[in-house]
Amino acid sequence: MKVKVKLFATFRKGRFKEEVFDYPEGTKVKDVVKQLSLPVKELGIIFINGKHVSLEVELKEGDVLSIFPLVGGG
Amino acid sequence: MYGWMGKVLRVDLTAGTVRLEEIDEELLHGYIGARGLGTKIFCDEVDPKVDPLSEENKIIFMTGPLTGTLASSAGRYNVVTKGVLNGTIAASNSGGSFGPELKYAGYDGVIIEGKAKEPVYLWINDDKVELRSASHIWGTDVVTTTDTIKAETDEEAKVACIGPAGENLVKFACIMNEYNRAAGRSGVGAVMGSKNLKAIAVRGTGGIKVADREGFKAAVLDARKKLKEHPVTSSGLPSYGTNVLINILNEHGGLPVKNFSEAAVFPNAEKISGEYQAEKYLVRNKGCFGCSIACGRVTRIKEGKFRSLGEGPEYEATWAFGSNLGIDNFEAISKANFLCNELGLDPITMGGTLACAVEMVQKGIIPRDKINLDWGDGEMLVEMVRKTAYREGFGDELAEGSYRLAESYGHPEFSMTVKKQELPAYDPRGQQGIGLEYATSNRGGCHVRGYMTSPEVLGVPVKVDPDTVEGKPELLKTFQDLTALLDSSGICLFVTFALGLPELAEQLRTATGFNISDEEYLKAGERIWNLERLFNLKAGFSAKDDTLPERLLKEPMKDGPHKGNVVKLDVMLPLYYKVRGWDENGVPTEEKLKELDLA
Repeated sequence: MKVKVKLFATFRKGRFKEEVFDYPEGTKVKDVVKQLSLPVKELGIIFINGKHVSLEVELKEGDVLSIFPLVGGG
Repeated sequence: MYGWMGKVLRVDLTAGTVRLEEIDEELLHGYIGARGLGTKIFCDEVDPKVDPLSEENKIIFMTGPLTGTLASSAGRYNVVTKGVLNGTIAASNSGGSFGPELKYAGYDGVIIEGKAKEPVYLWINDDKVELRSASHIWGTDVVTTTDTIKAETDEEAKVACIGPAGENLVKFACIMNEYNRAAGRSGVGAVMGSKNLKAIAVRGTGGIKVADREGFKAAVLDARKKLKEHPVTSSGLPSYGTNVLINILNEHGGLPVKNFSEAAVFPNAEKISGEYQAEKYLVRNKGCFGCSIACGRVTRIKEGKFRSLGEGPEYEATWAFGSNLGIDNFEAISKANFLCNELGLDPITMGGTLACAVEMVQKGIIPRDKINLDWGDGEMLVEMVRKTAYREGFGDELAEGSYRLAESYGHPEFSMTVKKQELPAYDPRGQQGIGLEYATSNRGGCHVRGYMTSPEVLGVPVKVDPDTVEGKPELLKTFQDLTALLDSSGICLFVTFALGLPELAEQLRTATGFNISDEEYLKAGERIWNLERLFNLKAGFSAKDDTLPERLLKEPMKDGPHKGNVVKLDVMLPLYYKVRGWDENGVPTEEKLKELDLA
C-alpha cells in the first residue's frame, strides 16, 4: 500500500521533506518511525490525515503520515 | 521589600509633573504585579465608561516581581489601559529589557495620566525623572525615535515608543520597545499618541533584592534545567521560532485561509513555514532579557524589491500576511512585518483587517473603482501597511480595524473579530477549546489568554482531542488563571511548555518572601481574571459579546481533517460560566466575588 510520509523541523535533517513509500499491509506507525531511525524520545505530534494517532495505529492505503518533533510556538 | 520595588512613578502630563508613590503591600499580595497589579490600579482609578482616547483614560506600564531577576525569561512588562480598538480592559505584554531596566531604576511601574500640550517623552535616569520635548521626533518611525532618544540621553537607555501609527491614532497601533519588541494588541499605542507621549526612556543602575537567596537560586536553577531539558524550549523554539507552527497547523487543518472563508489548509504553506525561513532567510535567533529559549528571529531578505533586514516574522504575522491573504511570498510577508515594527502596528489586526477588505472587494461590497484588492498580492500588502500607518487614502479606513470597516459597508459579518479585536492564527472549527478561548478572552480576539492550542494540537502538557467539547471549559479556566498569574509575575508565557504552577510559585515565594501555597497563587490568577471581567461588564460588555463571528458558528469547515465542523459554543459557554462560578448571564456571583476578596 502507498503511504505519503511528511517530516518536519529537525526530523528533516539527513532525511527528506516528503516521500511516498510502499509498505506491506499491517505496517504500523511505529514501524515507519523505526525504519526512518527517528528518535522516539523526540517524537512530538504524529498525524494521519490531520488527526492525532499513537504509534500502534496501522496505516492504510492513501494515508498521509505527518511526523513532528516536540515543538511549540504561539 | 523583596522582588517588588514597592514604588511607582505617577506622571501627570497635563500638569507636567512627576511624583513618586509607594505601593500598598496588600495590593502586591493580591494582584502580584504587571498585568494584575496594573489592572487593579487602573480599575480603582478609571471609570470603565471612559473614552479610550480621552484625557481621562490612563496608561500604566507595570513589571512583575520576577521581572529583571535571574528567573529565566523574566524580561516582561505589561501595558494596561482601556483599549482603543474595542474598549475592553487591555493588558498588552512585551519582552526585551525595558521592564528589567525600569526595575533597576527603582520602580515597579509608571502610571501615566492626562495629556501633554505638545509632544513629550519621559526620561527616567534612576531617581532623576523628567519630561522632555519630543516635537523634533514627532512623525518619525520607531528606529529614528529610538536612535535619537538614546543619543540625547544614554546609549544604554531602553526606549519604549510609538511610531507614526500611534501618533495617527490607528486603532491597532502598538508600543515598541528596543526597536523590535512590541506591546502589540488592543491599540495601546494610540493611547500614548492621544496623550502626546512619544516615548519612555529608562536607564537603571540599581538591583533587585530577593527574600531567600539560596532558595531563589535553587528554584531558578531547577526551572532553567527543565527549560534546557524540554525539547520545545531547548531546541524547537530556538531553531525555528514560533513560525514552526505554520506546517503544524496546516497539517492539522487549522491554518485559516483568506479571512477564514476557505478550508483551513493552505496549499503553499511550506513556502511560508518556519523551516523555509530557517533555510533561506534566517540570520540568527535572538533572546529577550535573561532568556535561554531565544525564540526571536533576525531575518534578512538579501535582494529584490522586498530587500530588508529585521526581526520576525513570527507565526502570527506570517499567517496574517500569508495564508490569511492568500500570499505565499515570504519576502513580501517579511517586509510587511518589518514595516509594522518600524511604524508601530499590530500585524494580527493589520492582516485581519486587510483580509476582511479583500473579501469585501471580491464580493463586490467595496467597489473596485475605490480600491482594487486581490488575494495573493504581496506588493499590495506592503503598500497598504504603509498607508494604514499614515492614514493615507484607503489606509484611513483600514486604520479603524476590520469591525468598523465592515460595519461601515453594512456587512459586519465579514469582520473575523471577537469584541471587535481580530482573531489570531487558529481556525476554531479545528479546535473547539480555542473557540471557547476566543469567545471568553477578556481583551477580545486573542490566543494568549489561555493557549488551548498547546494541549489540543501540540499535545503539551497533555494531549486532548481538538474536536471534542468535553472537559474544555475546565481546562480553559485553569489555563486562563495560570496565564493571568504568569503574566503578572513578569516571566514569559513560553516557559509553560516546560514549567508549571509549582515551578512558578516556588520562584515567586523565594523572590518575594510572600509564602502562600501554589493553589493560593493560582487563586490570585483567578482574582485577576474576574477583576478584568468586572471591568468589561461595567464598560458595557455582556454575555452576548462572548461569541464568535457567525461564519465560525454556522458555516461548516469546507474541507480537510475537520471538514463539516462548526464551533459548538452553545454547548461550551454555559458550562464555562458554571465552572467560573458566574451566573447564566456571565456575571460573577456574590459568592465567587467573596471567595476572591473582590466583593
